[in-house]
Amino acid sequence: MTGQILARFTKPLGDFCLDVDLSLPHRGVTAIFGHSGSGKTTLLRCIAGLERTEGSLSVNGEVWQDANRFLPTHRRPLGYVFQEASLFPHLSVLGNLNYGRKRTQQEHRVGLEQAVDLLGIGHLMDRKPDKLSGGERQRVAIARALAVSPRLLLMDEPLAALDLARKQEILPYLERLHEHLDIPVLYVSHSPDEVARLADHLVVMESGRTVAQGPLGEILARLDLPIHLGEDAGVVLEATVAELDPTWHLARLNFPGGSLWTRDSGLTPGHSVRVRVLARDVSLALQHYEHTSIQNVLPAVVEAMAPDDHPGLTLVRLKVGGSVLLARLTQRSAFTLDIQPGHSIFAQVKSVALLE
Amino acid sequence: MFLTQEDVQALILTARLAGTTTAILLLVGTPVAWWLARTKSWVKGPLASIVALPLVLPPSVLGFYLLLALGPQGPVGRLTQWLEISALPFSFWGLVLASAFYSTPFMIQPLQAAFEGIGERPLEVAATLGAGPWDRFFTVALPLARRGFLTAGVLTFAHTVGEFGVVLMIGGNLPGATRVASVQIYDYVDAMQYAQAHHLALVLVGLSFLVLLVLYTRRSVSAWSKV
Repeated sequence: MTGQILARFTKPLGDFCLDVDLSLPHRGVTAIFGHSGSGKTTLLRCIAGLERTEGSLSVNGEVWQDANRFLPTHRRPLGYVFQEASLFPHLSVLGNLNYGRKRTQQEHRVGLEQAVDLLGIGHLMDRKPDKLSGGERQRVAIARALAVSPRLLLMDEPLAALDLARKQEILPYLERLHEHLDIPVLYVSHSPDEVARLADHLVVMESGRTVAQGPLGEILARLDLPIHLGEDAGVVLEATVAELDPTWHLARLNFPGGSLWTRDSGLTPGHSVRVRVLARDVSLALQHYEHTSIQNVLPAVVEAMAPDDHPGLTLVRLKVGGSVLLARLTQRSAFTLDIQPGHSIFAQVKSVALLE
Repeated sequence: MFLTQEDVQALILTARLAGTTTAILLLVGTPVAWWLARTKSWVKGPLASIVALPLVLPPSVLGFYLLLALGPQGPVGRLTQWLEISALPFSFWGLVLASAFYSTPFMIQPLQAAFEGIGERPLEVAATLGAGPWDRFFTVALPLARRGFLTAGVLTFAHTVGEFGVVLMIGGNLPGATRVASVQIYDYVDAMQYAQAHHLALVLVGLSFLVLLVLYTRRSVSAWSKV
């Protein structure tokens, strides 16, 4: 089927078995999320053809693997970014970038200059990999994968080997890829933060199986999955900057169903931003209190409730206009306030994290 | 002159023998080392043991079996007779063949270690960048293993220069054809011509030291520049 990535694989993996049947959109960023050892990397390697196993794979209508054929990795029009940059030590940065470029027959939809610019590595071209910092190396590796104009970009935890500062250095570049290039990305990660920032689509894996797959917002708002995320349970909202309040250095963000005030970190009115609202930052009130320090109070309807990973806590899914929020509160509060599905209520949002 | 004409002849023959042996072993040993470095087959253990045998066998044992194989009753001997080419024992090419067997581990073991040191990752990266198996070998594996090639080449060459027992068993002592430097020295000593033995021996010591010096300085320099 065109417009889709259809992947089905089975492969024994230590204690369990990789057993997936995925149908993913052939656009945007699909995050494959799961804890270490859940089979994410193996899945990615199967898609790249680096692991040979039973299954089938078609990308945008092209069959890469089925019962009769197995396209070897070097014939698949893909880009792969490994966890470690894995640059060729005997080649300069330019040599590394050209290695794949020279070997791809298809037209180059991504110019070398474009890849270099997007990753900000123009000044490094003549250097050898051992003269680069960890962050620079990974940026070169990403540019190298992009420069072949892949029809599918596979990224295996490209930030996991880096420290926090280097992660912060690279994330903006990844977001730029997302904005500027029309290349579908499969992004393996165990970091809820990276997933919330980058993904449009989410696949959750556990012990070799997919627990859930779907649009990011939908999956994150599910009550049965946030348990796996623990402290990071929360939703992501796509919003636009509606107005700025220069007096108080605040900005108002409109999302489908309401608006939120947040600190103005140099936003431009009209721009789209992605915000993350963690369940632990949302509290509930029966009335709209005026005397509270909390700036964001939204009328909401309780949709559903589910036990959280701690017996004293409960997760509540709220409908706010066209959007969904999650709130984490104690069982006792839920009981005292008589929070029940269908009840109208006020959601107090203590903090909002801007992701872009 | 310091060296007699026979000495020079013996030195040239030694260099020719060592050079030819190294070249042949490079061609034959590289694929074997590559295969040994990457296979998971059960054959790996037995094959690696065969490759290492010349390290422990007395050269006379190896030479003895080779002589039997190459002789008129041996399989190789019959083959050369059938092909109507001259017999291999007591000839230069017989020496080359024997030396190649004798020096096999010195070529294959460093190469295998170098290939193993590269690991799977660079080759996988190359595959994801569109490089087929041959392409990966020549553009990634060979350049990354170049230090292993240098070591293997120098060791093989030097080891062939230093061999004695196998040469005597297979090649004998024919001036200009099979009398290499080590045999020439033996002859001098046998004939109590210690002064001549000294000269040739000193040349060998000097040359060997130079070769190894180049190898080890290059090594430490490149190792140092990696820091």
